[in-house]
Amino acid sequence: MRLYWEVFRHGFRRYASYRAATVAGLFTNTVFGFLRAYVLVALFAATATVGGYDLSDALTYVFLGQGMIMTVYMWSWWEIALAIRSGDIVTDLSRPFDYQSYWLAQDLGRACYHAVFRGIPPFLVGALVFDLRLPGSPLTWLLFVASVAVAVCVSFGLRFIVNLAAFWLLDYRGVGAISTACGTFLSGFVVPIAFFPGWLAAIAHVLPFRGMIQVPIDVFLEKERGWALVGVLAVQLAWAAALFAAGRLLLGAARRRVVVQGG
Amino acid sequence: MGSELALYPRLAWSRVRGQVEYRLSFVLMLVGYFAATVADFLAIWVIFLHLPLLAGWTLGEVAFLYGTSYVSFKLADMVVGHLDVLPTLVRSGSLDTLLTRPLGSLFQVITIDFGLRHVGAIAQAVCVLAVACVTAGVPWDAARVAMMPVTILSGTVIFASIWVLGASTVFWTMGNGLEVMNTFTYGGNQMANFPINIYAGWLRRLIAYVVPLAFVTYFPSLYLLAKEDPLGSPGILRFASPLVALGCVAAARFAWGQGIRHYQSTGS
Amino acid sequence: MALIEVENLSKQFRVARKPEGGRGRLRRLRRDFADVHAVDGVSFAVEAGEMVGYIGPNGAGKSTTIKMLTGILVPSGGRLSVAGFEPSRQRRELARQIGVVFGQRTQLWWDLPLADSFDLLKHIYHVPMARFAANLERCVELMEMGEFLRTPVRQLSLGQRMRGELTAALLHDPAILYLDEPTIGLDVVAKARIRAFLTALNRDAGTTVLLTTHDMGDIERLCRRVIIIDRGGILYDGALDPLKARFAIERTLVVDLEEPAPPLEVPFAIVERVEGPRQWLRFQREQTSAADLIAAVARAAHIADLRVDEPSIEDVVLRIYAGGAGERFSSTPSPG
Repeated sequence: MRLYWEVFRHGFRRYASYRAATVAGLFTNTVFGFLRAYVLVALFAATATVGGYDLSDALTYVFLGQGMIMTVYMWSWWEIALAIRSGDIVTDLSRPFDYQSYWLAQDLGRACYHAVFRGIPPFLVGALVFDLRLPGSPLTWLLFVASVAVAVCVSFGLRFIVNLAAFWLLDYRGVGAISTACGTFLSGFVVPIAFFPGWLAAIAHVLPFRGMIQVPIDVFLEKERGWALVGVLAVQLAWAAALFAAGRLLLGAARRRVVVQGG
Repeated sequence: MGSELALYPRLAWSRVRGQVEYRLSFVLMLVGYFAATVADFLAIWVIFLHLPLLAGWTLGEVAFLYGTSYVSFKLADMVVGHLDVLPTLVRSGSLDTLLTRPLGSLFQVITIDFGLRHVGAIAQAVCVLAVACVTAGVPWDAARVAMMPVTILSGTVIFASIWVLGASTVFWTMGNGLEVMNTFTYGGNQMANFPINIYAGWLRRLIAYVVPLAFVTYFPSLYLLAKEDPLGSPGILRFASPLVALGCVAAARFAWGQGIRHYQSTGS
Repeated sequence: MALIEVENLSKQFRVARKPEGGRGRLRRLRRDFADVHAVDGVSFAVEAGEMVGYIGPNGAGKSTTIKMLTGILVPSGGRLSVAGFEPSRQRRELARQIGVVFGQRTQLWWDLPLADSFDLLKHIYHVPMARFAANLERCVELMEMGEFLRTPVRQLSLGQRMRGELTAALLHDPAILYLDEPTIGLDVVAKARIRAFLTALNRDAGTTVLLTTHDMGDIERLCRRVIIIDRGGILYDGALDPLKARFAIERTLVVDLEEPAPPLEVPFAIVERVEGPRQWLRFQREQTSAADLIAAVARAAHIADLRVDEPSIEDVVLRIYAGGAGERFSSTPSPG
């Protein structure tokens, strides 16, 4: 356990050393927030509510989403795929710790750093210009933080699986681009799932992606209450566990492949 | 300059050959990039499910803006998008090797790669644009047909110039904070996908005029779609894109020249 | 007019000096700068057809000079003319007259077969077909490259790649060839091959060669003239032989005996170090030859293995300082 705690802290510190990159990324995330916000402002100029969202909900949604890009790390994380390509994976797998847990710990450490330094600032800047919503109940805040943590696990589970695909494919970037596209759209990042037409929303509801963005934000906006809320969070958690388990099975298969072929 | 233009296809082809070597991977990559950008258009389509006109523009018209901007953006990305490796080139000393050849420094950095994978995204944008050309109600005539390639080319040049300008800062910053460039490239495309009259004045002035993204598609599209400008800009702006593009090239060349000069006086 | 003319050349860099105290943010705000004189008033001339070793310890200013000679860096002072061009102003024109090999970096296309890299260079330098074919054939033949011409560069061994780099630098018949550590990391056979090729090139094509290296062997086999630079200034410019006679007089014979022995007692040599069966014997070349010394050692003990260490460039420079008290001197440059 002690090891994973150290790995967690290392994950945090590792990203803390790129200060210029953090500031530059923040700038980009925030400007994109404004670009997306004004599209919604134009939309809500024509209608008062869409899919149960009013303008304030939608703007809150945008700036929370901009902050969550890096926190859940939706795009381009290829450390394992690169290790597979270079062959370093063979030594990594023979180390005396659980490979998947190691990376999860490091990813959670990273997520903590990004949540604080990339997650909160875009929201604060957005709140200076727009009327953003803040939950009143402390319980909502608590559940939101918990749901973001689970969102990181869902995202990690997916990324872990996509990275392992590099064991079987010569180039992982194609699969990566497809999964990124699905993740970006079906997570509800680009447009809230509530805005989707019925059939598309139905598809998004049975897939794990919404656990990365839509679920935590809906918790924040208090879109679900009571048992419905419990249900949504339970499904999110179940996906995180299922993806983790699937990643484990895949890792087992990859490990056998390494043993058989020597890498 | 002339000899470099003649060399470009040869060098680009040498970059492409390696990429298509593994056919399945390459096809998957094209599909991936196609899918990734389809999601961008789906977002626009979803918004129009809830209203007929966005700030006075129909879905077809916004699709037209999206198509022209996206094709320009991805063409530029294909040719110069890999300028973000410049910090690595400087740090590893590879730039020095390039400087010992009888070619321009910018030309050589650009020909280090060729982003053939962006063809996937370009295909998607061309599809959207093709449909939009029919559905957006363009009153096609000879002048408008001729204006289309001019618009795309000007847009490509404007985006490429922004990339070069951003990359030129590397000679001073060593690539610290180069990600800001994404705000003006990817962000510029995102912005140009929508009619600029939806943006608040400060943002519009910053990204549309200071960084002249309104000339990528908004102004020429007003002409092509025969639309009144909700912002009431002078009509001459609709034809100014090629001039603006030339201005951008001059600015980019100047910035790159200053950057190289700075590099040559300081080393890495 | 000489092919390369360097007059009072200097280059200063402004580097940020880290203040000792102060924490994170404060350090950012207050930045001290210091001027470093990487090259400080260097003058020399190289005639066409010469083969000159430009040597010195790390950080002496060698690469900075080469970068100015190739037009990569702009001098902060002095005058520079290479093949009639002012390098930093006429970088692209000059590029057609020079070939450059930086030992640690590649000018080849990593993912292409070697032959394809050559083909691209042919177009970049506008080399006429017949000349290209002749130049390539000569290099391929002299350096035995036929076997790996179709191999992607990333799969070549270091020695093969270096032969490729040399060829790449010579396809356009440059008047001047700059070599920066061309034999670094190569084994004895590969080094010998490269040296033989360079000798032939200089003899047959009359190519002027300016060579920076840490390898005394390179200098001895290739250069009649050396320029030694240290701390940005020229310490010695002249023929290699007097330099060797005066400063590179001591060599070391390293012998591995079949079993450990007390320090050997042989004439004209001093045992410097003993480590198990291995002994280091220092000797002066004017007192005894390596062959005589080896014979003497062989009479005293059974030798399993041996090698002769040349003094390093650093040693030579140290000796120049010790001998001449840092006073700069030069002899007349030997004509090519």
